[in-house]
Amino acid sequence: MSAISREEVANLARLARIEMSDAELDHLSGEMQVILGAVARVQEVASADVPPTSHPIPVNNVVREDAVIPSLSPTDALSGAPASSEQRFKVPQILGEAE
Amino acid sequence: MSLNYDQAIEKYEPTLGLEVHVELNTKSKMFCGCATEFGAEPNTQTCPVCLGLPGALPVVNKTAIESSILIGLALNCSIAPFSRFARKNYFYPDMPKNFQTSQYDEPICINGFLDVEIETYEGNKVFRIDIERVHMEEDTGKSLHVGGSTGRIHGAEYSLLDYNRAGIPLVEIVTKIVPNTGKYAPQVARAYVAALRDILRGLKVSDVKMEQGSLRCDVNLSLAPSGSGELGTRSETKNVNSLRSVETAVSGEILRQANRLQSGEKIVQETRHFLEESGETRPGRSKEKAEDYRYFPEPDLVPVVPDNKWIEELRKTLPEKPADRRKRLQSEWSVPEKEMTAMVNAELLDTVEETVKLGADPTKARSWWLGEISRIANERDVVATELISVTAVAQIINLINQGELTDKLARQVVDGVIAGEGTPADVISKRGLKVVSDDGALMKAIEDAIAAQPDTAERVRGGNIPAAGALIGAVMKATGGQADAAKVRELLLKHLGQ
Amino acid sequence: MSIRSSAAEMAEALTKKEISAVELANQHYAQIEAVDKDVHAFLHLDKAGALAQAESIDKKRAAGEKLPPLAGVPLALKDVLVQKGVPTTCGSKMLEGWRPPYDATVVTKLKDAGIVILGKTNMDEFAMGSSTENSAYGPTHNPWDLTRIPGGSGGGSAAALAAFEAPLAIGTDTGGSIRQPAAVTATVGVKPTYGGVSRYGLVAFSSSLDQAGPCARTVLDTAMLHQSIAGFDPKDSTSINHAVPDVVAAAKKKDVKGLKIGIVKQLSGAGYQKGVENKFNDAVAELVKLGAEIVEVSCPNFEYALAAYYLIAPSECSSNLARFDSMRFGIRIGDDGSKGAEEVMNLTRQVGFGREVKRRIILGTYALSSGYYDAYYGSAQKVRTLIKRDFDAAFEKCDVLVSPTAPTTAFKIGEKSEDPLAMYLNDIATIPVNLAGIGGMSLPCGLADEDNLPVGFQIMSPAMKDDRMYLVGGALEAALLSKWGKPILDFAPRLAGSK
Repeated sequence: MSAISREEVANLARLARIEMSDAELDHLSGEMQVILGAVARVQEVASADVPPTSHPIPVNNVVREDAVIPSLSPTDALSGAPASSEQRFKVPQILGEAE
Repeated sequence: MSLNYDQAIEKYEPTLGLEVHVELNTKSKMFCGCATEFGAEPNTQTCPVCLGLPGALPVVNKTAIESSILIGLALNCSIAPFSRFARKNYFYPDMPKNFQTSQYDEPICINGFLDVEIETYEGNKVFRIDIERVHMEEDTGKSLHVGGSTGRIHGAEYSLLDYNRAGIPLVEIVTKIVPNTGKYAPQVARAYVAALRDILRGLKVSDVKMEQGSLRCDVNLSLAPSGSGELGTRSETKNVNSLRSVETAVSGEILRQANRLQSGEKIVQETRHFLEESGETRPGRSKEKAEDYRYFPEPDLVPVVPDNKWIEELRKTLPEKPADRRKRLQSEWSVPEKEMTAMVNAELLDTVEETVKLGADPTKARSWWLGEISRIANERDVVATELISVTAVAQIINLINQGELTDKLARQVVDGVIAGEGTPADVISKRGLKVVSDDGALMKAIEDAIAAQPDTAERVRGGNIPAAGALIGAVMKATGGQADAAKVRELLLKHLGQ
Repeated sequence: MSIRSSAAEMAEALTKKEISAVELANQHYAQIEAVDKDVHAFLHLDKAGALAQAESIDKKRAAGEKLPPLAGVPLALKDVLVQKGVPTTCGSKMLEGWRPPYDATVVTKLKDAGIVILGKTNMDEFAMGSSTENSAYGPTHNPWDLTRIPGGSGGGSAAALAAFEAPLAIGTDTGGSIRQPAAVTATVGVKPTYGGVSRYGLVAFSSSLDQAGPCARTVLDTAMLHQSIAGFDPKDSTSINHAVPDVVAAAKKKDVKGLKIGIVKQLSGAGYQKGVENKFNDAVAELVKLGAEIVEVSCPNFEYALAAYYLIAPSECSSNLARFDSMRFGIRIGDDGSKGAEEVMNLTRQVGFGREVKRRIILGTYALSSGYYDAYYGSAQKVRTLIKRDFDAAFEKCDVLVSPTAPTTAFKIGEKSEDPLAMYLNDIATIPVNLAGIGGMSLPCGLADEDNLPVGFQIMSPAMKDDRMYLVGGALEAALLSKWGKPILDFAPRLAGSK
């Protein structure tokens, strides 16, 4: 059973884009330890010969024809935006690089 | 003392890897029914699905799957009997769901190859490029960075997002590592992208316009000391967006890496950006910690399980391979190798073929498109086919063959069509560009010419045939070039007893 | 007819024009006005929209138009389904003030059925919880005892039914969020077969487990609502392209003679309250009296279900909730012009998400991360296969399976909120159904002797055989009603101000 460190939780919070205070990190590290201890039980029966199930009801090849349907009006599309300008979503400066 | 290209190649062996992203030309997006028009007003082609609004769900575009399978077949791939979409999780504002719906360990096509040919001083050489995988994914939105002093991302005060492009189907074609290209690495990379582009164009699955971003290339390159058999650390140069740039990016990276290694520095595994203006690459913003994409099967989509019947039906629709077609046309048209290459390089092979299909003589079709029309196109910095239609060119060539136009007149017709004066017939009638074939009218001009140059006429009567040239010239001048010179010559000589 | 009538009775009164849809809606708004300050089942009332719908139904009825069976009957909608122009918060601060620009397919179907949507009900934030205490807008109180939880995540929908604020409600069930609230409020709730009801417009918690379903006070009402919202939806790739079983006919049949009913050995014993087990056993005895045959079945992998669920659901949620980043909708925190997008995202998600949501996002991020995927998420998906196999084997031997819905009756608000693991145990009997994608119903089977609080009886049916749970549920409900002499909710204390 792997122990999870506070640093690991901090890294997970970074991956999940959630700012966390020191107190939150401390508290959550403790809880994660307990929860992971409980859920790790799945490994007891998950042997190599058991295939994983990702969809409860197996269905294949669900597709739609390549046809255009009307989009939202730009007003509707932008209706929930915290900020907009020039018919675009206005967001704080993007500092990173795109993929 | 820095190494030049030849020295770099002598000391180090490059290994290539190419990732090409192709935007499919489906009418609607990958997972929703929004239109995919290029250049539409911002956020007019968006809906809850491609905006990633809470509650929205994707449904796969059938044509996108079929296009992907066609690409796989054209690249000699195996089509996976079971393939799935996966979520690639990372945050970025131009990606509405903060995960990209992509394919991970179960792509739709695997293990193909493409042979590419390059010209070298030692003759043409063929390189086999092994294809690792072809997979489906979706494009991101576009951001516009506003404010700040430099206009670059770092100086921007805020960013504006347009999600029209978000969700447009992309196919990513990834090669295996390409070893042993030696000094030809830049040419091989370029030839591969060009060959791929021709195939995709032939399949009609994409617009393949590098300048509009519908075909984008990432170049992976590493160097190892020659003969070491090792694999060096690679750099990944993103968004190389023209064939020339592919070549420059590869040679540039070879030089940069070789000089780094030469001075004892290490190559950092990193993403670099290609600078179109200088042909150099600059490092991307290094990530303090590696991303972890946490791929897992997309629960909102079901597996793609193409059966043989579906695949075989698609295989039947595959067009002739570009390389085969080139060979066939070359022999059908009896064109020398050099001319064929010229047509391909000028991207006019399709155009010439269409012109020939409309009844035009292949040689004339080739020389008009590559000659006069390309000359004007170059002058105006536009694409030849934007100047004049295939139909118009075919009509003009046919009129020349029927003796209705001379080459000289035809040039005027071409000018007229380009100037927007209408169809070739319109231009001919508006400008009055008829070949003068009426014997009576011609005879009048001939008699006038003889009257004007009696001495010359006497010499011709005396058997000095070449002297007729001056008289023919005068007749042609008098008829404004609309007479058929051969006809004039025939009538003139006959009139003078020759 | 009164607001305590069933939806079927209300529908009949509407058909006979004994009452108008507008009057019926207003009566319910009056009840909400009177009791919801104590119950807090609703987060938002859409009075204007509801009355406009009611009025249009009345006009159509007056014009002699043929209307769907539930036309004009009011309904409470869980706030996790988007309704165009009506605030949708999912119980989260993150979505405060957001008005979606589109309707969920369920909402479209409700509108087409002429059902009058009164408003949006409270829930655990993003449907994560078993008590509705995780709502950013304060808890919902159980009408049976206002100091107790109404279950969760769909506590608002269940409480609205039990407090006669609406005769019909929509819930969603990822690990028991329809059935466990039904159990602790003495109402009926059904999680249909996965894919039976469209998920389009259901704000995703865990995509492979989420399922919207009907809630009501009687089995027949539940069936009628089920019929109105179920069916194939081309906008949901996981929707089943299959005819919906005739659940209404099954609910009316009330005949279980010769039916084989399996009792799952693993869903009893340690952790189950005595009074819960007693009432469950009494109900089984009623089924025997009705001629059903009882079989004991063993599902050995069920003991791993909870662990698998608490890996799969958080993993999917960590990805599903990534879109809440303040860029396109929802609240935005800290955008003072000096911070970059990433920092604003981080701050918004810190403030916008509650503790339980963050806990699950972090847990899911961990379970999917490289190096841990196989041990956690991958293993959980394998357990899912084993649980499906257990169900398949069990359904070889019987037509339906039964168990208590929840191991205990409603606990006190605040009692378990500091102990996530204890809270998770509430779902021990409901989770296997979600993992296997089959159907599950909870209906009331009595009050526990020790605390006089409702006990839920769970019926599980094989995938796409949802009619079977209605068949058994309808028969059991009728038998219990004649045994008790009056509907179970009549045993509940009268709420102050109740109409």
